Amino acid sequence: MRRHMSLMSLGRLRAVVGNPFQLLLLACSFALAGYAGVRLLAGETLQVALWFVGSALLHDLVLLPLYATVDRAAVRLLGACGRRDWTPYVRVPALLSCLLLLVWFPLISGRVDARYAGATGLSADGFLARWLLVTAALFAASALLLALRLRPRRRPR
Amino acid sequence: MARFPSSPAFWRSPVRGPRFTSVLGLVLLAGMSVLFVTGLLSYAAYNPDLSQVNDQTPDKGLLGFYLFAWPTDPHWLYRLTQGVHVTLGLALVPVLLAKLWSVVPRLFALPPVRSLAHALERLSLLLLVGGALFEFVTGILNVQLDYAFPGSFYPLHLYGAWVFLAAFLAHVVLKLPAALRNVRALRAGLEEGEEQQAVSGTLLAPDPDPPTMSRRGAFWLVGGGSAVLFGTSVGRSFDGPLRETAVLSPHGGPEPGTGPNGFQINKTAAYVGIDPREAAPEAWRLVVTGRSGTVRLSLAELRRLPLHSAALPIACVEGWSTADQWWRGVRLRDLAALVGYDGPEDPPDVLVDSLQRRGAFRRAALRGNQVGDARSLLALDVNGEPLSADHGRPARVIVPAAPGVLNTKWVTRLDFGAL
Repeated sequence: MRRHMSLMSLGRLRAVVGNPFQLLLLACSFALAGYAGVRLLAGETLQVALWFVGSALLHDLVLLPLYATVDRAAVRLLGACGRRDWTPYVRVPALLSCLLLLVWFPLISGRVDARYAGATGLSADGFLARWLLVTAALFAASALLLALRLRPRRRPR
Repeated sequence: MARFPSSPAFWRSPVRGPRFTSVLGLVLLAGMSVLFVTGLLSYAAYNPDLSQVNDQTPDKGLLGFYLFAWPTDPHWLYRLTQGVHVTLGLALVPVLLAKLWSVVPRLFALPPVRSLAHALERLSLLLLVGGALFEFVTGILNVQLDYAFPGSFYPLHLYGAWVFLAAFLAHVVLKLPAALRNVRALRAGLEEGEEQQAVSGTLLAPDPDPPTMSRRGAFWLVGGGSAVLFGTSVGRSFDGPLRETAVLSPHGGPEPGTGPNGFQINKTAAYVGIDPREAAPEAWRLVVTGRSGTVRLSLAELRRLPLHSAALPIACVEGWSTADQWWRGVRLRDLAALVGYDGPEDPPDVLVDSLQRRGAFRRAALRGNQVGDARSLLALDVNGEPLSADHGRPARVIVPAAPGVLNTKWVTRLDFGAL
């Protein structure tokens, strides 16, 4: 009876603690992360921690919900017009364009213009115009593909 | 209940599923490994263990365990490794975003903590996701000269990479078996969900919306995003018409000038505070010191020394590079010989000083193997003409396979054997 009890509590302990191999692995991982982490945080401790954790939170709780909501709204809107199957023709160019904006935002927005031109001797103008042109080209290509798909097919006689 | 993200029914996309996540995960496993290795190589390329002046991360401790003398062969080595590092990093942005999208239901899954090991795994995931995003954000900002991050780029990007790696390794060990299983099932053509029914939280939407695109289409979309970023960036590693294709990335588009000195500039003379009077041939003197004393050379005297040529690229840590330029000048090892290092022994290290008033690496150290290479020059001409002010007139260092910033411009002093 006593033996049975101790086995049960051992099982409960196992459930609370989890897989011991996983614990050991994570302990090693945290040791390395800690060693590098104290060096990462050695300067502007609070600011760096904010950037590190903030980037994850900003992505998971702001960026992702934002684009998912916009996408869902666009699908609903197209569905309401009876054109749900047009979704990819809007989604693909919009997503690619937003991706380029996200990555090259400092240059496209012009927030680094003075430093970029001063340091490199290159013109900092034109990033916004080129991004708009690329965006226009993506939507135009998408519209062309849609038009080709919607083209009335000639029936074979 | 489906109004809350903690409910599985809240998530409606039919694209989500263990297989979508697994394929993206395997792509990231390969891609992140290449990024990490090329990043470590770039760190080694600076020779941080050679001298304090090269070391932007003096408290690296054991993390510098693997450092080695950066070679000079092949001469395009850094151009390749750093071009891959930055261009691949850009191309992986959509893969990372898609991977995070695919697993976001797990963030809200209940119960938040099932066991101690599970709690620690979730904490580790914060380091994984935060680390990945931190590395991508700091890297992408740095190549655009947007220094918004808190502190110097070098320590943030290096130590951030190690924090990420620690979490990444644990994640790979924990998830790789399942990912491989899922991909094998995918290739075997099994119906999704069959083999995972027993596993909780399979990521499959229990009540999916009708599809607006197939899963294959979703893969094409992610790949298309990578292709667009790759296609608009890769040209910055080449000269001429290929660079023109890099329409949205820094150092893409047209060259800054025309003629022999028209190729890409990292920092202009004005930007780093070069005083044209100090760099003028009448005023400028090169000071060379070594074990036999000090030698002062005017530009005319320097030009009377044996001049040699080398075809070498400029390759920047920011990932852009030029094709080979044709440099002409005095060999570093000949200058070392002037100050007493003319014996058969290995050439000494050298400390190089610039007229630069501002900016990192206005003082830089080169290792003996770099000094001894016959292609390592104190260049006076490029592509048949004297150096322009922005390319380091009157004299600059050019060393095969070295990162751009170690090719000091506006050189004023060389201290051989001073390290």
